[in-house]
Amino acid sequence: MAGQTSTAPAGVAARRPPEPDRRRGAARAQLLPYWLVLPTLLYVVAFFAWPMVQAFGLAFLGEDGGPTLEHVRTMVGDVQFTSALTFTLLLLVVILPVQFAVALTMALLVNNTRLRARGLFLYIYALPLAVSELAAGIVWFAIFTQQGYLNSVLERVGLIDVPFIWLDYRAPEQLLLAVVLAEVWRATSFVMIILVAGLQGIPRDYLEAAEVFGAGLLTRVRRVILPMLKPSIQVALIFRTILAFQVFATVIALTGRGATVLTAEAYRWQTDVRDPNVAAAYAGLILLLSIVSTAVILRLTRTPPEQRMV
Amino acid sequence: MSGESSARMRTILLHAGAVAMALWILVPIYFITAAAFSTQEAVFGYPKPLVPQISTGTLEFFLGASGVLPSFRRSVVVAFVTLGLAVAIGTPAGYALARFRFRGSDTFRLLIVSTRAFPIVILSIPLAVTFIRFGIDDSSFGLALMHTALALPFTVLVTSSVFAGISEELEEAAMTLGCNRLTAFRKVVLPLALPGLAAAAIFTWIISWNEVFAASILTLRNRTLPAQVLAALTQSPLPFQFAGGFVLLAPALVVIFVIRKYLFSLWGRVSR
Repeated sequence: MAGQTSTAPAGVAARRPPEPDRRRGAARAQLLPYWLVLPTLLYVVAFFAWPMVQAFGLAFLGEDGGPTLEHVRTMVGDVQFTSALTFTLLLLVVILPVQFAVALTMALLVNNTRLRARGLFLYIYALPLAVSELAAGIVWFAIFTQQGYLNSVLERVGLIDVPFIWLDYRAPEQLLLAVVLAEVWRATSFVMIILVAGLQGIPRDYLEAAEVFGAGLLTRVRRVILPMLKPSIQVALIFRTILAFQVFATVIALTGRGATVLTAEAYRWQTDVRDPNVAAAYAGLILLLSIVSTAVILRLTRTPPEQRMV
Repeated sequence: MSGESSARMRTILLHAGAVAMALWILVPIYFITAAAFSTQEAVFGYPKPLVPQISTGTLEFFLGASGVLPSFRRSVVVAFVTLGLAVAIGTPAGYALARFRFRGSDTFRLLIVSTRAFPIVILSIPLAVTFIRFGIDDSSFGLALMHTALALPFTVLVTSSVFAGISEELEEAAMTLGCNRLTAFRKVVLPLALPGLAAAAIFTWIISWNEVFAASILTLRNRTLPAQVLAALTQSPLPFQFAGGFVLLAPALVVIFVIRKYLFSLWGRVSR
């Protein structure tokens, strides 16, 4: 073994061309990117890969260390499970279309050169970008709570005499509406920014040509803008769908315990029931939903090769 | 004649639409701000005045509530530790992605992209167990480690797009003029990249400041502000809730103002 280690460098040295220093420098330069990404890679392994493995262990291993579906069964059999899953999926289905319609409207507005103070409008539309779910939940709670601003405004203009209970736990559709508004208000700016960036990539000639040929606004949106925005829409759609499965604080701030979602159930099992196994089962379900929906979106928004543009 | 007036009509409609959308964003912000700067009596009162009598009573009540000030301080500390860690670990990777084509670089980029928006639920539940084993449960440091994991993919991708926006030729020119890669980076690339890197760092800070799920799972007595507000929310009076909402919201608005020029380099290029 000692012989091997001593002959190897000698063999390399024998084949080495005249400028050994430069060569070594080049080899080191080739290694440089690996050294630069190494800390990130280690961190991702320690804080993404390893916890994920552990989470699956928690969710699918029994006390004896053997595989079990016991925790998954506990999760599915829980009274709150169906309502949490339903509410999460309903939120997703209602929020996404509204969100994309609002974001596209905003994006088209700030992309229109006839609009004055475009920078200011863009800035205002982007304001919620850094707002947390919890803050947004409380903002909309201040509006919808019984003695809140919505009722105050309605009463002042004479539309109601008694405060209306918007956040009524017996009316789940009202709770849903409140959470939808809060989430659309908060998370639309993210979609808007991606769409504006996409719109800026559409050559002006395309839109002018469509206008010259008499295409109205709706036709232009449907035939030119939306197809060309497809890559941006795809990215925004994946992000918003995955994040919609993680909705948490908005729901708690607005509904208390009146409605529940998957993350809220994971939280409850972890902190109140103190059963990390079932909590991990919820986490696994959220991850599964994220992966499946990403695959579905990629498939649905796939562009056939003959339609691809450079 | 009709063509001109319809064009004017369209311009008016365009501006009306833009203003309506702006109000949709601004009115809720106005309400929570008005609520936070009302007297406590006004917060309990109904119907609420739309223009409040300005008072700091509600905010003082919130900041004086038990546990709020320490959790406020802790939030600031955790956010700064997260910023430091994420920038120190992520910036070199961002630079590598922007400047080198190396074997596995596409896989690495894909790995980082797929960890963005990764469900924090699946990370924080097992980490709660691990942190107890290492004795960093219920600590600011442990939470900062978690928040760094959350912010790191963002930091890597954004710093990469910042570096990619700086001409490689400048760096090469510096290197032919006698700089090595490190001094070329320090004297040429870094000064040019600094504003973009600062914007990325500021947003890393707010990612941690905003995070509530992991904070609620990983801390109990040493809560950050969002975790503290969330835990106390349902049992608290309206002044606590409204002022809490405003205090959580305000830094987010400041941050967007500070980094407004970098909105597109931070998010616009996520699709590339």
